[in-house]
Amino acid sequence: MSTLERAAGRFAAGQLERLRSFERRYGEERARKRLWTALYAALFTVALIGSIVVSDFNLPGLMSGLPKAWAYIVGTLPRLSFETFGADMANWYWGLQYWLRLLVETVLMGFVGTVLGGSVALLLCFSASRNLVERTWIYIAARRSLEFCRTVPELVFALIFVFAFGLGPFAGVLAIAVHTVGSLGKLFAEVNENVDPRPIEGVRAAGGNWPMLMRLAVVPQALPNYASYFLLRLEINVRGASALGIVGAGGIGQELYVAIRQFEYTDISAIMLLLIATVSIIDITCESIRHRLIGQDLKQGF
Amino acid sequence: MTAITHGELARLKRNNPDLFQRPLPVRLRNWGLWASFLGVMAFGLWWVDANPMRVIEGLNKLGLLVRLMIPPHPGDGFWEYSYAMLETLGMAFLGTLIAAVVAVPLGFLGAKNVMPNWLFHFTLRRFYDGFRGIDGLVWALIFVSAVGLGPFAGVLAIAVGDVMIFAKLFAEAIENVDRKPVEGVRASGGSTVHAMRLGVLPQVFPVMVSHVLYFFESNVRSATILGIVGAGGIGLQLSDRIRINNWQEAAFIILMILVTVAVIDNLSRRIRMKIINADTGPK
Repeated sequence: MSTLERAAGRFAAGQLERLRSFERRYGEERARKRLWTALYAALFTVALIGSIVVSDFNLPGLMSGLPKAWAYIVGTLPRLSFETFGADMANWYWGLQYWLRLLVETVLMGFVGTVLGGSVALLLCFSASRNLVERTWIYIAARRSLEFCRTVPELVFALIFVFAFGLGPFAGVLAIAVHTVGSLGKLFAEVNENVDPRPIEGVRAAGGNWPMLMRLAVVPQALPNYASYFLLRLEINVRGASALGIVGAGGIGQELYVAIRQFEYTDISAIMLLLIATVSIIDITCESIRHRLIGQDLKQGF
Repeated sequence: MTAITHGELARLKRNNPDLFQRPLPVRLRNWGLWASFLGVMAFGLWWVDANPMRVIEGLNKLGLLVRLMIPPHPGDGFWEYSYAMLETLGMAFLGTLIAAVVAVPLGFLGAKNVMPNWLFHFTLRRFYDGFRGIDGLVWALIFVSAVGLGPFAGVLAIAVGDVMIFAKLFAEAIENVDRKPVEGVRASGGSTVHAMRLGVLPQVFPVMVSHVLYFFESNVRSATILGIVGAGGIGLQLSDRIRINNWQEAAFIILMILVTVAVIDNLSRRIRMKIINADTGPK
């Protein structure tokens, strides 16, 4: 204020008034912003303290835990010497054939689960798009059921399905499929909500019924995005399939679980490296296909 | 404009077949792709031993389970479950926070405009990507054997599983910053640290916070299952109830998870929207 008072002589009366009110409002805004920041900071501190208390986290624990974890990871690596490299590798990967079989199973589980789930999601996504259904209750019912499939964790479905369908990869495939219905259905519905409404009007004007509308006006526009999301989900599901074996739903997870539980150190690193390699290959393949799809889409768009 | 009759169209199609269909190699490739897709799918279904009988039998059993689940009932463990839920939230929060803090310097290291050496950049990025290949549950298994049962192992599993993803996302955010504020800070005599603090950080901070909040949401979901391998939280209770066939309580716990996840999602979405709007200004 003091600078304003000093400069008062240089302003006409009305201008000073306006400046003052501006400065007052500016101060209010700043105070409000500070209050919000303080509120967030307080919330953050409470959450931090609360979570430190409930998760019995402590610095000494961290300090002793991290070296232990590091020692564990280093301990899983085998001794490889240059002279006997071939024999050492053969020793390390003694179960390669068996593991490769399980890896193939893991990838297949991810693939079949994604295709099954994706097909159901494709059927459901139209009724979960705001702009495509007229009756609100259909929309709400579709949205809620997708939400349910998405929120219950995959592993919980796997636990339940192992009970119902028996041990083995079939339960895993179903668990992946159900979860995929939820997540892909939501993404597909969002794609549908962003389509250009003009083709829809065109097909409706030409006398198309609802399924025709979806097939001829919505799907052609949304297809590249569907494919891209599908491939993204495939990556995620292959990664997820590797964990399902822990509850007995097939794939390499079972073997990894046994290796970790029985402290067969070198097996752990061997399987983990195989897993990382497989997932990376699938990631890179899917990513390049996705980029090509999106690139094509852009080229067609312009 | 002249109208074309069906007869004329048929004649045109007959005379110029190449114009009305895709070239042969493209058609062959498409057919090949579809055939291999269907082949892999059929092979997969055969491998997992899917057949209608199994589906029907399983659905019968599933119906039985659902009947056993109704009505969901907490038994006398309501407070125990609530505490386990809190533990789950705590694990997710702390794990995300640790991962975010560790990932900030890694993100700067991985950004192309901070570290221009392409070989370094490429290797580091592939390293970040490699870590993503391991599912959080596998990390939890490893940390449970390394530091013992309990939520602490869960915190470490979430933190380690997310660090590399955060590092990659942060690096991308840093690569996308506008050069002009950085040059402005430099032109007025700022050091590299000043340029980072005053030119880069204000641009990337909202992006980072929004990523972190998003991952907090997803970590709450994944933290609910870490307990299945002994890393604390509600998952332990859930898998125990399922193992001893107490389906009413299991259903209650699943409902608790659903409600908690919905509440957290909603809160975090609101905060994220607020941050993003504050960043780009009101519209």
